[in-house]
Amino acid sequence: MATTLTINGEQKSFDAPPEMPLLWVLRDILGMTGTKFGCGIAQCGACTVHIDGKAVRSCVLPVSAVRDRAVTTIEAVGNSPAGAKVQKAWLDLEVIQCGYCQSGQIMAAAALLAATPNPDDSDIDAAMAGNICRCGTYVRIREAIKQAASGRQS
Amino acid sequence: MLTTEKLRQENSADGVSRRALLTGGLATGFLLAFHLPLRAASYAVNEPVQPADVTAGKFAPNAFIRIDETGNTTLIMPQVEMGQGTYTSISMILAEELDADWTKVALLHAPPNDKLYGNPTFGLQVTGNSNSIRAWWKPLRTAGASARAMLVQAAAAEWQVDPASCTTSRGEVTHAASGRKLGYGALALAAQGQTPPKDVPLKDPKDFVYIGQPLKRLDTPEKVNGKAVYGIDALLPDMKFATVAACPVFGGKVAKVDDTAAQKVPGVRKIVVLDDTVAVIGDHMWAAKKGLAALKIEWDEGPNARIGSKEIWQHLRAASEKDGAVAKSVGDIAKGLATGDKFEASFEMPFLAHASMEPINATIHVKPDSCEVWTGTQIASRVQSEAAKAAGLPVEKVIVNNHLLGGGFGRKLEPDMVVAAVKIAKQVDYPVKVVWTREEDIQHDVYRPVYRDTVTATLVDGKVAAWKYKVAGSAVLARWLPPAFQKGIDIDAVDAAVDAPYDIPNFHVEYVRAEPPAVPTGFWRGVGPNNNVFAVECAMDELARKAGKDPVEFRRAMLANKPRALAVLNTAAEKANWGQPLPPRVGRGVCLQPSFETFIATVVEAEIDELGEVAVRRVVSVVDTGIAVNPDTVKAQIEGGLIFGLTAALYGEITIDKGRVQQSNFHDYRMLRIDQTPKIEVHVVKSGEPPGGIGEAGVNAGPPALRNAILAATGVALRRMPIDRSLIAMGKKA
Ligand code: FES
Ligand code: FES
Repeated sequence: MATTLTINGEQKSFDAPPEMPLLWVLRDILGMTGTKFGCGIAQCGACTVHIDGKAVRSCVLPVSAVRDRAVTTIEAVGNSPAGAKVQKAWLDLEVIQCGYCQSGQIMAAAALLAATPNPDDSDIDAAMAGNICRCGTYVRIREAIKQAASGRQS
Repeated sequence: MLTTEKLRQENSADGVSRRALLTGGLATGFLLAFHLPLRAASYAVNEPVQPADVTAGKFAPNAFIRIDETGNTTLIMPQVEMGQGTYTSISMILAEELDADWTKVALLHAPPNDKLYGNPTFGLQVTGNSNSIRAWWKPLRTAGASARAMLVQAAAAEWQVDPASCTTSRGEVTHAASGRKLGYGALALAAQGQTPPKDVPLKDPKDFVYIGQPLKRLDTPEKVNGKAVYGIDALLPDMKFATVAACPVFGGKVAKVDDTAAQKVPGVRKIVVLDDTVAVIGDHMWAAKKGLAALKIEWDEGPNARIGSKEIWQHLRAASEKDGAVAKSVGDIAKGLATGDKFEASFEMPFLAHASMEPINATIHVKPDSCEVWTGTQIASRVQSEAAKAAGLPVEKVIVNNHLLGGGFGRKLEPDMVVAAVKIAKQVDYPVKVVWTREEDIQHDVYRPVYRDTVTATLVDGKVAAWKYKVAGSAVLARWLPPAFQKGIDIDAVDAAVDAPYDIPNFHVEYVRAEPPAVPTGFWRGVGPNNNVFAVECAMDELARKAGKDPVEFRRAMLANKPRALAVLNTAAEKANWGQPLPPRVGRGVCLQPSFETFIATVVEAEIDELGEVAVRRVVSVVDTGIAVNPDTVKAQIEGGLIFGLTAALYGEITIDKGRVQQSNFHDYRMLRIDQTPKIEVHVVKSGEPPGGIGEAGVNAGPPALRNAILAATGVALRRMPIDRSLIAMGKKA
């Protein structure tokens, strides 16, 4: 049965079982591999995307539950002001190591900044604690979110 | 700046969207770039972001450098990028001696080829043991300098001047006397005809323009927008997706599979039954996962079905009572132990899984006469030869496309995932991407070994007079690189024990090889020093207490001959406000280590509540790694390494029951998260010594420094990792 979703502003149609998590639709059907698989059980945040601007774990989100809401992935997050600021701060502060978790980190941070333009440490903890970074880039993630929020340059 | 992303654009612009062939030294005819057939799938092909290593029409003085006529400079990376920043540092070293234009640098992953890209330390292509920069420092500087000399010779010939009167900078040769300049691009073809110089001089470090600068990483721009391609992202025409279940009991086999229900799952294409693993191939990972869940698999659990952590620890403790092979002995240990105030303790380290964020995976296409592999590996050439064996093909018929790694940490020093994937892909004629679920990844790892290290020491006049140290644990090297295992000594297992920094007149280190029943072991970030830095530094703190000395003072008194170790210790103590008052239940702990030819001193400040819960408040590390090729990368690696080590100290343990791993995913194999992350301050010491290793030093600093902070705050001397909160809560004093 064909499903149509709005992903990064484009209509995408595909065949997928309704209970299939959005993550695998993105990666294996649509070939959008920027969104990562880390745990499959909403424990790591690697698969984070935006649904109507909110950070959601796509590994446990059945594609049928998306309905007509807008999906944004790492490939397009830079089109939003918050996403672009986050990407820039990430590079300015050289947050990234292996980078595998960072699609999810950036999506979570962009959603945080869009909702809370000036987050304090506890806002950052609450928004980002679901995203694991095995390389341990947390110190710089926190710094980069603050820099993105303040518009400060490094 | 050209990045690998730029390369990809160029790549698709000229219509050749194949990686290429990476022929390197493999001049086999079938390795030719070709145009892709039209395809029905909705996605674009996702392959390694690189074109062929084309040498024609380029200046190609050696295996690492290609300069085309426009001056674009392609550097081929003998080591792999798994987050540690080595692609950038290696490029900086090459660019430094080449005097390349950094804005024109682009990178290629090296193909499998031990002859061209073998790690000089190991003689095979391997990224590990924090040695990429150490091993390649001289060879890559020489490669860069020699290429530069050939460009100068070409320019000098063109101008008919003495090469010695020419200078180079940022991709240009200049003859100052006549005011002439030529770019490397314009010189590329002429330089190709030059003879490489014999003994090429290297730069005086004071003239470095790139080395020592915090240059921006070359791999990160495409990691912020989803464009970076890891092994798990490979996409090919007509590919299918598979996932696996291996026998949960180590060493067990498949007995029987009922696939009636699985065959009916929409999108399931094929069930593949191997010796010890069942795979389901489907149209996507979801179909494969559902298919796997629908299988009824009976396992023949084999001889290990009764093994549990209890037996494993009994086995190790018994082994550690035996005499070991002597790895080092200075002075007279028997005499030394006969006098003074005696101390004895054993320190135990658990099994650990790697849990790279990118679960293990491999994409394979087996054809009648070839096999192609897409994966991210730390051992490209070994993957090639193991894939060849599994496919039943000659090694030159196997193409390996290496990728960025979503973390390696030693897990990708093993070829097992590729071998299993080849066996699966052999059953079909289309390409298959095999992705392990997190559960399978954690339960079928090669684990950081359990270790038990026993210290017997004596104190005379407040100093350690005798030190007998015995390591008991796996000899990972004996399996992984058998020729390196000599005279019963695993040089990795005793690393950082034989070279503990302290002046001790009677110093003796032994090693007992003890392979745990059932459980496969492997290298884990920090490797051998993992266990030894922990045991040595914990014992030093207990000895300091016994001597009634401050832990920093106590160490200082034994470092007269180790100025670099002493200097980092002193700076760390100062930066961390060592000795200043702290609130109740807050303590500071120190760790000093020379490992991977890097000296690092770390102070952890932690608060421990009445229930034994530990909050790490602050970490200060001072690191002397010799010349820091990229000081920001050094800082980042220490920061990340500390988190990796603290994660292990706070949570890390793989336990075994009935021959199987009890943990399965991040809910029960926990990782430190941002809300538990302390303030981390890393100070990089300026040094002119040759570069040391940096990817693992921080990992080993975390656990002993934290454990010593707990000792300072509570008086409880933990002797086993991970931290046992109940022991702290009970307040059992040392
Ligand atoms: S893969 Fe979705 S949270 Fe880990
Ligand atoms: S950067 Fe490697 S897991 Fe986060």
